[in-house]
Amino acid sequence: MSNVLVLAEQLEGKLKKSSLHALNAGKQLAERSGGKVIALILGKGIGDAAAELAAHGPSEVWSADDAKVEHALAETWSKAVEKAAKDAGATYVVAASTSQGKDILPRVAARLDAGMASDVLGFGGSGADVTFKRPMWAGSVIAEVEISTPVKLLTIRPTEFPAAEKAASAAPVQAFALPELGTPKTHFVEFRQVKSARPELTEARVVVSGGRGTKGDFKPIEALADELGAAIGASRAVVDAGWVPNDYQVGQTGKTVAPDLYIALGISGAIQHVAGMKGSKVIVAVNKDADAPIFQIADYGLVGDLFQIAPELEAALKAAK
Amino acid sequence: MKILCAVKRVEDPDQKIKVKPDGSGIVLEGMNYKPNPYDEIAVEEALRLKEKQGGGEIVVVSVGDDSFVTEMRHALAMGADRGILVKVSSPTDSDGAARLLAKVVEKEQPDLVIVGRQAVDDDQAQTGQLLAEYLGWGQATFAAKVESLESAEEKSKTPGLQIEGGKVKVIREVDGGLEFVDVELPAVVTTELRLNLPRYASLPGIMKAKRKTIEELDAASLGVDITPKVKVRSLSSPPARKGGIKVPDVATLIDKLKNEAKVI
Repeated sequence: MSNVLVLAEQLEGKLKKSSLHALNAGKQLAERSGGKVIALILGKGIGDAAAELAAHGPSEVWSADDAKVEHALAETWSKAVEKAAKDAGATYVVAASTSQGKDILPRVAARLDAGMASDVLGFGGSGADVTFKRPMWAGSVIAEVEISTPVKLLTIRPTEFPAAEKAASAAPVQAFALPELGTPKTHFVEFRQVKSARPELTEARVVVSGGRGTKGDFKPIEALADELGAAIGASRAVVDAGWVPNDYQVGQTGKTVAPDLYIALGISGAIQHVAGMKGSKVIVAVNKDADAPIFQIADYGLVGDLFQIAPELEAALKAAK
Repeated sequence: MKILCAVKRVEDPDQKIKVKPDGSGIVLEGMNYKPNPYDEIAVEEALRLKEKQGGGEIVVVSVGDDSFVTEMRHALAMGADRGILVKVSSPTDSDGAARLLAKVVEKEQPDLVIVGRQAVDDDQAQTGQLLAEYLGWGQATFAAKVESLESAEEKSKTPGLQIEGGKVKVIREVDGGLEFVDVELPAVVTTELRLNLPRYASLPGIMKAKRKTIEELDAASLGVDITPKVKVRSLSSPPARKGGIKVPDVATLIDKLKNEAKVI
């Protein structure tokens, strides 16, 4: 059997959208290997998330709704995923390359004595000879890699795979029996969620980002984002300075985004930043420096002061409504 | 307290990386090398913990060839106490590196292992987690802190990790917020960018580093299978994004976004 196990993710009982992208990647692999896709979901109070997952076309959903796996600790979850992979006869184990996926999957790889490719962008090779395309050197290079072990693990970059669509009928949800998890040495204390009324950065249709040029004043960025119903992003310099929360960061070391429209204000366009947003459909750049590298990749560039242009843009959008 | 840090030699991330025309590798002529930036953060954090506790030992470990000594000396010049170079004849994958590091950890018995969350050459971000699993230890990946890198706490070199009651308290930077975890020692921690700003090596530090020992271990003597599980078949350049046009004013921009790009 060469089945595919997809590790889904939920937060407070709500399925993460990135899981549907991972599910789609899993389906692509299953089509090539001739196996089926089993989606695994772990946590506590996850009934709705499991149903949502089941509606999007896996062959089966395995759910462990249990206090023992309430918090995603790599130490214990890796044991659960290992067992699921064995029970499923999985050739591939797939997760989205979220912080959770990146934290847990390597430990599963160690337990299965399997090779793993991180942040996979797409598949190559032919038929069952699957190769994995992944970025190296901060996305300056795309490598085509092969995994030589019988079981292969991968995290996929959600922006590179479309979300799995709703299927005609829902897959069955089965209870997954957890293995002995032992006593973890890692203890969850608390999760401080950054609450925002704006859409999530990686899922937004429009992203408005600010850089050094804001000098720490994000008011024009926020106003423009609110006018567009957009998420807010930032360059690394701005985040390092503590001007905005860490999870605003777009770039190789932050979030990878691919919205329909990305508006970069006061961002010079360092390779590091560009690596995280160059997949955007349309890029607009506003910068005082006409030679800023961001203009080399922007579809539309406007040279000028963001403190003048952002409010003008906001007013024009309002007027155009 | 004994802390072990892994340091990898990588291509200078500020240099442009070009793929050879045949896709067999990257162009190495004129290449500069640096310690992996995340590993420097790991060494810095270890130094701060040692300073706060008023003692301890920091051991830096590399898995590589003779050239890695330069980056190890850099870590020693920052203030680490000694080095161990595990010599391999060809580069390992993340799994091979983790298996070798696990052997060194078994020998050295540190209380804490701090490594970068990823090396900026292959960007796999797996070694710390693999190592924790091979050791059967707890892990905390993506360690950061609440205070910014321009805060007073950072300027006074306060460590972001806290050692308390046989545990390391870690603030993890995860999707959507910060996760606080306590991990029983010994533990593996991997560093995020916003844990600290690494210090520069001082001139006296550089002089002292020359006299610090770097022990060499032959990977073959450690008795682990480091056959790569992940192999690169070929490399290519990513599709370049073409630049567009400059627009003179906001009105033109709105018009283009509406009628040409059709995104608003």
